[in-house]
This record gives sequence, C-alpha cells and structure tokens, in this order.
Amino acid sequence: MTQTYPGAPAAFPSPAPTPAAEDGGAGAFLDVRNLSVAFPTDDGLVSAVNGMDFTLERGQTLGIVGESGSGKSVTSQALMGLLKGTSARVSGQALFQGKDLITMSESGMRQLRGRNIGMIFQDPLSALHPFYTVGHQIEEAYLVHHQASKKQARAAAINMLGRVGIPSPEQRYDEYPHHFSGGMRQRAMIAMALICEPELLIADEPTTALDVTVQAQILDLMAELQAETNSALILITHDLGVVAEVCDSVLVMYGGQCVESGPVDEIFYDTRHPYTLGLLNSMPTLTGTSGRLNPIPGQPPSLLDLPSGCIFSSRCDYAALAGTDVCREQRPELLVEVGHGKRCHLSSRQLITIRTSR
Amino acid sequence: MVLLLIAVSFITFTLFQLGPSDPASAACGQECTPERVAEARVALGMDQPFFLQYAEYMRGLVSPRMIGAPGAESVCQWPCLGKSFQTNENVSDIISRSLPYTLSMAVGALVLWTVSGVGLGLLAALRKGSTTDKFIVGAASVGVSLPIPVTGLFLLLVFVNQLHLLPFTTNEINSPFGAQGPWAWVLNYLLPWIALAVLFSASYIRVTRTNMIETFGEDFIRTARAKGLAPRTVTFKHGVRAGITPIVTMLGMDIGLLLGGAVLTEQIFSVPGLGFTAVRAAISGDLPVTMAITMLAAFFVIVANVAVDVAYAAIDPRVRLQ
Repeated sequence: MTQTYPGAPAAFPSPAPTPAAEDGGAGAFLDVRNLSVAFPTDDGLVSAVNGMDFTLERGQTLGIVGESGSGKSVTSQALMGLLKGTSARVSGQALFQGKDLITMSESGMRQLRGRNIGMIFQDPLSALHPFYTVGHQIEEAYLVHHQASKKQARAAAINMLGRVGIPSPEQRYDEYPHHFSGGMRQRAMIAMALICEPELLIADEPTTALDVTVQAQILDLMAELQAETNSALILITHDLGVVAEVCDSVLVMYGGQCVESGPVDEIFYDTRHPYTLGLLNSMPTLTGTSGRLNPIPGQPPSLLDLPSGCIFSSRCDYAALAGTDVCREQRPELLVEVGHGKRCHLSSRQLITIRTSR
Repeated sequence: MVLLLIAVSFITFTLFQLGPSDPASAACGQECTPERVAEARVALGMDQPFFLQYAEYMRGLVSPRMIGAPGAESVCQWPCLGKSFQTNENVSDIISRSLPYTLSMAVGALVLWTVSGVGLGLLAALRKGSTTDKFIVGAASVGVSLPIPVTGLFLLLVFVNQLHLLPFTTNEINSPFGAQGPWAWVLNYLLPWIALAVLFSASYIRVTRTNMIETFGEDFIRTARAKGLAPRTVTFKHGVRAGITPIVTMLGMDIGLLLGGAVLTEQIFSVPGLGFTAVRAAISGDLPVTMAITMLAAFFVIVANVAVDVAYAAIDPRVRLQ
C-alpha cells in the first residue's frame, strides 16, 4: 500500500491488481476497468461513459463529481445492473469481490442488489412508492433477502428507522411517504438501502433535493452508518462541498470520462486538470470580492459526437500551452502519478504554474 | 347526486314536451275521434300544464300516486314511474324485465374487455418497441375504428350463419342462474360481449400501454429493482398498482354508460335490454318509459363515479381523507 493511496483510482491502463487487505490478495473490493456505456438512439450512439477505471476498498468513500450529463448516474446504474434489459450497451469489467457485475446474469445481480450493494437515490419523494407505507417498503427490502417472518421484518424495519434517526419509528412505520418531510424521506430511503447492511453503498446525489441544514445531517448519518458497517461508499454528487466533507478519494468526470482522480486533499489543493480547476473556481466563496460566480464558459460536448482530441479542449483556456493543436487532435490518456491521475496533455509543472497563477 | 338526477329528469321531460309526438292520439288507436283523443289526453294526464305534469311525475318517485282516467284510476305503488302509454304496464315492471338482459351484456363484456385490454396493454408496455408491441398497437388501432354494427354483423355472419358454432341470441336466457345454467348464458351472450370488447378493449390497450410505460420509467420502479425484488413483484406490485388509476376512471365511466343500455349492440343482437326498450319507447312517444330509462342510466353513471372515487381512495393513500 505504499504506492497506491487506499481507495485511490487505479492507473489507466490498469496496473497489477492492488493487494487488498481483506480477502487475501484476491483483488480490490470493487475494481472497475474500462467501463463504457452507450445508448443507441435515433440520432446515433450516445457515449454516456467512456472507459472508466477505479478501485474502492471497504470503509472507503469515493466521490464521483461532474456536471449534469457527465455520466455519473449512468456509471452507478451500470454497477447496479439497472441497465440490464434496456437498450444500453455496457462493456468493460466491474469486479465486485472478484465477481464481474457487468457480465453477471440478471438473476445473479438480483441476489446482490439490496443485499450486497445498496443504493440511495436523489429525490426521495419520487424514489419512494407513493402507495405503500414507508415501513412496508423497508420491510420489503428486508424480506426479499432474508428468510424471516413478517413480524421479524417489521421489527428490523422499525429498528432501522430508529437507527437513521426517525423519531417514534413505530408510528412512522405505518405512514406514507407523503406524510414525511424531505429530510425524513431521505432518512427512510437510507434505512431501506441499509436494512440488509450491504458492503457497497452507492448514493446518487443523496442530498441534492434537500435543504442545506438537512444535507449536513444526512451526510453525517451516512458517514456514521458507514463506519458502523465498514461498507464502501460511492457518493455521486455535483457538490464539491459535500465531497470535501465526506470523501477519501475523488473522481472527476467530464463527458463520460474520468478527467482527474486522486485523494480528496490532492484534488482540492494539488489540482492537476483545467476542468477541475474550473469547477473549483466556479464555487461561490464567502470572501469573494467580485460578487459574481465564475462559470466555465461554453457547453459540455455532445455525447453523440465526441471530439477526437481532448474532450475538454474546446472550453479549456490553456489548450494553447500544450503546443500546436495537440489538445484538439489527440485524446490524452489518464496518467497516474502516485495515485493521482489526470487526463491532460499539459505537464504537471505547467498545471502547477496555472494553479498558482489564479 | 339528487340534484343531478332532478336536472336530468327535467331536461328529458322538457325535450319530450318540445318534441313532435302526441301520445294521446297514439294511445287512442285507429278508430279515433276528437272526443276520444281528448279523453285519452285526460287519462294520460296530458291535459295539465307542463309544470304540473312534471311535479306530479316527480311526486311519484317519493310516494304512491293515483294514475289513469277519472273514474278509472288505480294506485301506482312507490316508486311510481308511471305506466307505459303503449301497453299500460307499470314502467317499473318493464324496467325490471329489461335490466337483466342489459346486466348480462354489460357484465360479460366488461370482464372480457378489461382482461384483454389491460392484459394486452401491459404486455405491449413490457415489450415496448418489439414486434409484439407493434402488433398489439396495430390491432388496437383497427379495433377502435370498427363500429359495433360492423363487428356485430360480421360475428353473426361467421359464427352463427356460416360456422353454426353458436346459437343466435335468444331472449329466454337472461341470467347465469337460470334453468339452462351458466354455460348456456355464456354462449348466448358471447358474441355481443366480443363485439363490445373489441371496441372497448382497443382504447384500454392504448391507455394501459401509455400509462404503464410512463410508470415503468418512474424513480420508484428503479428503487424497487435496486432492492433486488423479483421482476414480477416490480411489475405488478409496484408498477401496475401505480399505473392503474386512469384505467379505473375509464372503467367507471364505461360501466355507467353500459348499464344504461348498449343501444346499438342490443339492436343488432335483438337483446331486449334497456337500450333496446328505450329506443322503442322514444320512437313511439312513450314518455314514462323514456323518462325512467334515462334517469336510470344517469343514476348508473353517477353511482359509477362515486365507485371510482372510492376505488381511488383504496388504491392511492394520498386521496384518502384524514
């Protein structure tokens, strides 16, 4: 573990498997290699995810950051096997405790879903079924993976509601999602995802639909429960503040590719990609003098027709620094130096100069 | 609800008064003298001013009233819907005779089209974009554009005239509990059921398909899958229950309409149900029968609407009263 930061994304192309602490060197807990997802549409093939690589160990939190349409959610759905049976074309490998989630059958996947891999969705109001009580929905997740009586399932669900901080869980058990406040609904959602104590939890923008005070509570709750069960957590978000607070490592996505990856501190304080710099720069600050936000100019590229060069080149202020047209003509590879990967033609030295000059 | 019924009865009554028919001259038969027409008019109560006639009729709905010519009156027991101008029968008797036929037609057709419409619609939604889906949608487009006289006559021609597989609909069977047993009842009404079902299930297929496709795209369906539930549970328990509400509304409306009598179908298959009776009554200027059937039909529609509301509350906890 000297070379690779724990939970840090692996190199591209993949290096020798990182020795894992738990299962005697069989490979990482979650090892995603060259994951790609494309959707055929009437207008052509939409390349939503292009060659994602990362690894994750138990107890670690990986943040996947990027703007809307960068492929964050599609990545998570591919891992959950939720794209099976749709028109989506998923390729690559996602080894979860040595088993490949991509080639696994739907029925095999169903055994893992909810039991070994839990998922928390963005908008708890639409993600919870409006016609069933909250308790019933949690209980259902328990019953599908346990040989248990209704009574035991009910007890487990009530216990879980209590653990996620819902007051008087026995009464709340019989209430419907529309009786719950936004924060309470997300707590119920978390209870549902965690009732079988999955080893891997994927949270797809769990705090986006919540107001800021509730956001902090939910994040604390997730961190607390993660510590209790020693599960691995993939946190998908576009909120860099959230990432800084809870993640161990970060993967920045742009146009379906990982553009920068590494330990959270390095991403924030040793940024090595102009896109990540742009993201950080566009965050409002309390001490900012101008009073205006600094967005990255331009639009993300169309996933129907990705540029042949660097995907970010058309919006990059520093493309000229790399030399004549190399950014527009040649797709950079993800280069990893000591656990910190960047997909950029600029040298680390140039990037450091850029960072310190702004 | 009562207000609605009063409004419906008043409109029917008014329309009848404005119409060209003269029940009195029709009732007095072929050897008619002006005196006898006047007598008949008094006997039918049509010598009274319009509003009095209406008030008298409505009174019969809540209490018994006297009916008939002066000197030859008889008591019309509650609920008094009057007597037929044509046959002098109690209207309530006519209705209780016709209703079983209409019920027989409606119940079977309803079951047939709900099962086929919702079933095929669901299948199409699950196989969206496949050949099955395209075939079902195509068949639905054809079905919805086939009017009852076409399907009805076609079915009669093929199954009764040519293949002799089924008997021509008889009036002797009007209930599955009759002497001939339920099977004879099914065979007797099978063709009208199919004729109605072809027309109705077409629209049910389309509505079910659209709604289920929308529902299967909902976040809570993804949540259900993420829990590791079996596809059947996801489809039926989570999907169908959420997507079924518009179907319930449609069903309520259609039940209400159908119980008032399927006029065309009853005509084609010579089933003497409410629709059949109502058409004859309207043509011959038989006010009490027309009134009664119209009000009954309105009553069914209203009851069906209330039933839809109740069903909604059972399906969707959000519409339940606290």
